[in-house]
Amino acid sequence: MESILVLTHADESGTALTKASLEAVTAGLELASQLGASLTIGIVAANPAPAASSLAATGARLLAVSGEPFAQPRYATDAAACEALCRAAQATIVLAPASARFTRVAAGLAHRLGGFVDTHITSLNVGSIGGTEAIEATRWFYRQRVEAVLSRDLRPWFLLLDAGTHTAFAGDPAPAQVEEVAVQLPPIRTTVSGLREPKQDQQTIRPDAKLLLVAGAGWTKKQPDGQIHAAEAGDLILGFLHAAGASLGSSKSLVDQGGEGNSVLPFLTHLNQIGQTGATPRHAKGLSTCCHGEEPHVVGWRFIADRRAISLDPNCGWTRGKADVVYIADAFQVIAKLNALLEVNKS
Amino acid sequence: MSNAVHIVVCAGIVPDPLQTLEPITTPTGPGLKNEMVLPAVLDPWAACALYEAANLAAKNPGSKVWLVSLGPKAKLQQVMMTIAQKVSFELVPIDGPIGGFPDAHSTAAVLAETIAALSGLDRERLLLFGGWESATRGAGVTLQLVGERLGITDQFQGVDKIDLRDDGSFEVLERVEGGKHQVSVCVGTPAVLGWATGNLAEPRNNPQVGMANMRTIMPALQKAKSTTLPANGLRYVSVSLPKQQRTTRVVKDLTPDQIASELVEWIGAE
Repeated sequence: MESILVLTHADESGTALTKASLEAVTAGLELASQLGASLTIGIVAANPAPAASSLAATGARLLAVSGEPFAQPRYATDAAACEALCRAAQATIVLAPASARFTRVAAGLAHRLGGFVDTHITSLNVGSIGGTEAIEATRWFYRQRVEAVLSRDLRPWFLLLDAGTHTAFAGDPAPAQVEEVAVQLPPIRTTVSGLREPKQDQQTIRPDAKLLLVAGAGWTKKQPDGQIHAAEAGDLILGFLHAAGASLGSSKSLVDQGGEGNSVLPFLTHLNQIGQTGATPRHAKGLSTCCHGEEPHVVGWRFIADRRAISLDPNCGWTRGKADVVYIADAFQVIAKLNALLEVNKS
Repeated sequence: MSNAVHIVVCAGIVPDPLQTLEPITTPTGPGLKNEMVLPAVLDPWAACALYEAANLAAKNPGSKVWLVSLGPKAKLQQVMMTIAQKVSFELVPIDGPIGGFPDAHSTAAVLAETIAALSGLDRERLLLFGGWESATRGAGVTLQLVGERLGITDQFQGVDKIDLRDDGSFEVLERVEGGKHQVSVCVGTPAVLGWATGNLAEPRNNPQVGMANMRTIMPALQKAKSTTLPANGLRYVSVSLPKQQRTTRVVKDLTPDQIASELVEWIGAE
C-alpha cells in the first residue's frame, strides 16, 4: 500500500506557498485518490502557519518545519528539513515541485533516505505492469527530444514535478492542525545574501506571461541596406515586450554574439537562452522572430502550445511542421507595425 | 598557495545536438539508433564547468583540474581529441555505457567511488564541478548524488559565477526562477557546483595544450576501468519520439500591416 508525501515550501514572502508547491499538492491529491493512498503534506517555511491554513481544505495530514534557518533556500538546511519531514511521514512516494529550491536538494535527500529520484516529471498515472498496479511517470530525455514513461519498483521514490503540469490547489483558508517536526541542523557554512536581478523595468524574463517572444540571430545581421541595425532591433524588441507583456527568449547564437565582439542586444543574457542549451519555458503562445527554427532551437519550444514565426526564409525549420503559422516577412517591419497597433489598443 | 583548489569536473559525452535521434529497444533497455556512430561532444553545460574550472585553477596557483568522464572508451577518445586542445586537465576515464537511459544513481555511485580513489586529491580543498543537467538524461541529480556520497553538504545548482576570495570563502550566483540569481557566500571548500552557462566563451583550440594533455590522456584511456550500471528497479514502459507534427500555414502574400493586424488579434485571443 502506497503512502504519499507532498513536500512544499514558502515563496519569497515567507508566508504563502509557491504556485509550484500548490501544483504539487494537486498532483498529490489526484494520485492519492487514484491509489486509495494516504496523503501527507510537508511544509518548509520560517512560519508555516499561514501556508498550513491554505491547505486545510485538502484534509491531508500536515507536517511542518519552522524557524529562521528555513527562511532562505540553502542546501544544508533544506536537505535537513526535508529529511526530517520524510522520516516523520514514512511515505513510499514523495512528490515535490521542481523549483530551484527543491531541485537543489531532492537527489541528496533521496540518497539519505535510501530512495531513488526522478525529475522533470510532466504527468503521473496509475497503470499496470505484469498485472500489478504501478505508478507511471512521464518525462523527457535528450532535452525534450525523446519522451519516456518509466516506473520504479524500489521505494521511497521521489518525483519532482515540472511547473505548469498541474493546476494549483486553491482551497478556502481555515484553521489547520499542524504537526511540528524537529530538525537536527548541521553546521551552516553557507549564508544566502539575497537575490540579484535586473531593475524592474529591465527584467525581460517573465515566467507568468502568456506570450513568449524569441529573438534569433537575424536581428543583428545585415539588413537589405547592407547595414546592421542592432540598436533599432533592441528598441523594437523591448517595445514589443512592453506593449504585449511578453517574456523574452533568445537563440544561443544571438546571446553568444556578445562574447564574440559583434553587435549585440545589451539586455540579452544566457538566462534568456531557449533550446538545447537553454530553458524550456511554458507559455500559452510563442512568436519566433529572425530564428531559422532548426531542432536545437525548437526543443526549447516543446511546451509552447500555439506557435507563430516571422521569417524571411520560406524554407526555414518553422515551415516544416514546427509552427502553426509562419509569416514570410521582414521582422523589423512587422514588429514596428505591431508595436504601434498594440500601443494604440492599450491607450 | 592558500587558495589552491582541487577541482574535479564530472562530464559525460552526448550526441551532437544537430543529429537526428531515434529511440530503439536494446537487450539492456532503451537506447538510440546507431548511438555508437553518432558524432559526440562533451556535454554542453559540463563543458562550461570545465572551462570555468580551468579559469579558476589558472587564477589560483597550485590548483589542479581532473576531468572524470564515463562513457565507451572509443567515444571518449574521439571527444578528447577536441576537448584536450581547449584547457589543461587530467582525464580520469571510466569505460561504461553511453546515453541518457541508465539510472543516475548507478552512475553517481561509480563516479563517487572513482573520485574518492583519486591519487593526490585533497578532499578538504575539493570543488566538485559538473553541468547542472546533462543533455541526455537531463535529470540534474547525478552531481548532487556524488556530492552526498562524498559527504559534501554545501551544494549549488545552476551556477553562473563563482568568486573565490583571499580568505578561502567564495560567493556563488545560482539561477532561480524568474530570471534571477540567488547570491550565497560559503566559508570554503569542499562544495558542489552544478554549472549553467557561466560567463566564459569557449576557449580557442591550443595545439600545445592538446599535445601536453594527450600525453596523459592516451595512457589513461588504455587503463580505464570497465563498469556496468545496475537499473535499480527502473523500468521503461515506453520510449518514443514526440508525435506532434503541426500543419503549418505559410503566409507569403500579406503586407507588414496585415500581418501586424492578424498578430494583434492572435495575441489578444484567449
